[in-house]
Amino acid sequence: MADAAIHGHEHEDNRGFFTRWFMSTNHKDIGLLYLIVSALTGLIAVILTVFMRIELMYPGVQHMCMEGFYLFSTPETCTPNGHLWNVMITYHGVLMMFFVVIPALFGGFGNYFMPLQIGAPDMAFPRMNNLSFWMYVAGVALGVASMFAPGGGTWADGSQASGSGVGWVLYPPLSVVEGGMSMDLAIFAVHVSGASSILGAINMITTFLNMRAPGMTLFKVPLFAWSIFVTAWLILLALPVLAGAITMLLTDRNFGTTFFDPSGGGDPILYQHILWFFGHPEVYIVILPGFGLISHVFATFSRKPVFGYLPMVWAIIAIGGIGFVVWAHHMYTVGLSLSQQSYFMLATMVIAVPTGVKVFSWIATMWGGSVEFKAPMLFGFGFLILFTIGGVTGVVLSQAGVDRAYHDTYYVVAHFHYTMSMGAAFTIFAGVYFWFGKMTGRQYSEFWAKIHFWMFFIGVNLTFFPQHFLGRQGMPRRYIDYPEAFGYWNYISSWGALLSFASFILFFAIVFYALFRGARVTENNYWNEYADTLEWTLPSPPPEHTFEQLPKREDWDKGHAH
Amino acid sequence: MAHEKNHDYHILPPSPWPLLGSLAGFVLLFGAVLYFHDVTPWVMIAGFLGTFYVMYGWWSEVVAESNVGDHTPVVKIGLRYGMLLFIISEVMFFSAWFWTFFKHAMYPMSDNYPAVDGQWPPAGIETFDPWHLPLINTLILLCSGMAVTWAHHALAHENNRKDLKTGLIIAVVLGVLFTMLQAYEYTHAAFGFDGNIYGATFFMATGFHGFHVVVGTIFLFVCLMRAYAGHFTPESHVGFEAAAWYWHFVDVVWLFLFAAIYIWGG
Repeated sequence: MADAAIHGHEHEDNRGFFTRWFMSTNHKDIGLLYLIVSALTGLIAVILTVFMRIELMYPGVQHMCMEGFYLFSTPETCTPNGHLWNVMITYHGVLMMFFVVIPALFGGFGNYFMPLQIGAPDMAFPRMNNLSFWMYVAGVALGVASMFAPGGGTWADGSQASGSGVGWVLYPPLSVVEGGMSMDLAIFAVHVSGASSILGAINMITTFLNMRAPGMTLFKVPLFAWSIFVTAWLILLALPVLAGAITMLLTDRNFGTTFFDPSGGGDPILYQHILWFFGHPEVYIVILPGFGLISHVFATFSRKPVFGYLPMVWAIIAIGGIGFVVWAHHMYTVGLSLSQQSYFMLATMVIAVPTGVKVFSWIATMWGGSVEFKAPMLFGFGFLILFTIGGVTGVVLSQAGVDRAYHDTYYVVAHFHYTMSMGAAFTIFAGVYFWFGKMTGRQYSEFWAKIHFWMFFIGVNLTFFPQHFLGRQGMPRRYIDYPEAFGYWNYISSWGALLSFASFILFFAIVFYALFRGARVTENNYWNEYADTLEWTLPSPPPEHTFEQLPKREDWDKGHAH
Repeated sequence: MAHEKNHDYHILPPSPWPLLGSLAGFVLLFGAVLYFHDVTPWVMIAGFLGTFYVMYGWWSEVVAESNVGDHTPVVKIGLRYGMLLFIISEVMFFSAWFWTFFKHAMYPMSDNYPAVDGQWPPAGIETFDPWHLPLINTLILLCSGMAVTWAHHALAHENNRKDLKTGLIIAVVLGVLFTMLQAYEYTHAAFGFDGNIYGATFFMATGFHGFHVVVGTIFLFVCLMRAYAGHFTPESHVGFEAAAWYWHFVDVVWLFLFAAIYIWGG
């Protein structure tokens, strides 16, 4: 029965197009679908940022006017259109947080590679897996519909503008009082995306617990699978709480309840607490799969096993656990008592310990290794540097006293983009290049991938490093305009954003070229023997059904001291 | 397929249900927004019908797969994990309502806000006496949970199908009775859902619980129908177990609601 693997290339796939891609119960196909849709959604979200950076390039408002949105020209009279600006920041945030990063890392790579790494033939609930995917698509549809549905604000001629301008956190009172259908659609988009993630989490946890290869005890499971498992727990415990919070928004908007309205005895701060009880685990939901993924990249391209496997696992668990008890560090300025601030400050700083364990273990993995800077490793290395910068500014912001000055400034924007747009996004690109040949059977162009890396690396640093300076100088976030004193660094930041956008377009070109013209991959393991997880024992791309004969212990346990 | 699977996991053929289900969900939610904004209720109704159709079709298929033996022991373990995890997510969902309730009950908005005037229950709110209807409802729900346990015992240890059905009938009838009494109580409330935080927390928490009671009652009713159809054996009755777990979860949530909202906060 080892022929399942050997004859993989000759295996005729006789499923029709519609059956294969629309009615799938196959974790690999669903994983690919997740990656494709999240890439397209990511493109929308990135284009929104390009619009924003073009507007912020110079002081004054040139493009986002009440008279209309002029991308390539500046009208003679331009009344600043704050609502349009707010719509951009809102949908950039909503799409990136709910519909791009989690679906790519958790839905895409998690679906494709977690079952492979533990030797499972598929997910525990293959049909529900596809429900997760299509509910995600429904969520994207509702989200995009919300962008164009009647919302708050008006144009110069008095006609109603579209979209919600409340920010991705959907804080009341604005999210309650803003008129139109847009906000309701956005709330439902988040509901659906949450339900999709919860079903996915149930599926991942069950698969992980119930379907590991014979002999693969918990502490023999590869790190990426572990990170998906812990992420699934965070989703399972955090997303339902968010569903409660936004349901209250919905009833406040449509049924006259006063959960967040003090005139009826409600409390808007309560929304912030519940939102961030979800929101802080959410940032670990975003980054943990990347932590797992990047460990394999470091091991492979340093030709050494991952340093400190067991501490790495416990660090993931610790980050996930502590992540639930630090939420109010997002809210230092709302009037928390001194003891509350002290507690949340301490708890937040504690997270730096397990995170430090991971960072130093990655460095130790490279230490004395034979490091080879292929594209995935470049992205891994870039991740390590930039995520560490984002982590260190996080420790700065965790201090309640310092946060008084930095709260809602560009310093915060720089901080969380260093962790997410550079941390998480770099791991996504590392994963794409690492597994591209495995998923598609074609190889990407190493040269162009390196160009992509350097463009992206320089671009994001040009964009976000100056924002630390802007934040220190006191420039508040979420504003369409700024005093001329902030002009210099904003100008540089905008050019950085354009360079990053160009690198994103190049990435699509690299992918399309590789899909149609890339060299065919002939080996199961086209890296080296330190890519030692089970997906590397399969053909590239793997056949429709994998592990019909469950893997034997010698297939995955090479006696490496993990 | 040239290859035979050589393991006990459940590999499924392609299925239209997920696509149809999320389509119905999209129509339902989009329709709900149209309904909220007084455009039309019909899109939402169509979405509901579609959702119910998918639930019926999908779960009928699961039952059929179970009857032809696709659910091997390891698959059954997976199904139990799945149900347990779902209930955990439900617990977290309810934690949002309890959080809201306890926040406002323990730290009501100050007397700057006349709607509560710094007290709980807020000034001018007349609450229910917990020792009348709410106590009776508590007993009804606990008896219903006991009846399910009796039915489970009859099935698992004695294979007594008569007691299985009787137990389930009692559980379902008591579940329906609970919902009716709760509806009766709602119509006699001296406060509304809107305008005041007391009514908002009360109706949101007990209302979502009531919704879960309805779902659980339907779940038990489906088990009853399956019992009449000859499904379930002493060794194999995951669907019944899931319904029973769900019902006990609904019970426990009620006990917390009763203790916190009716007695302590009332």
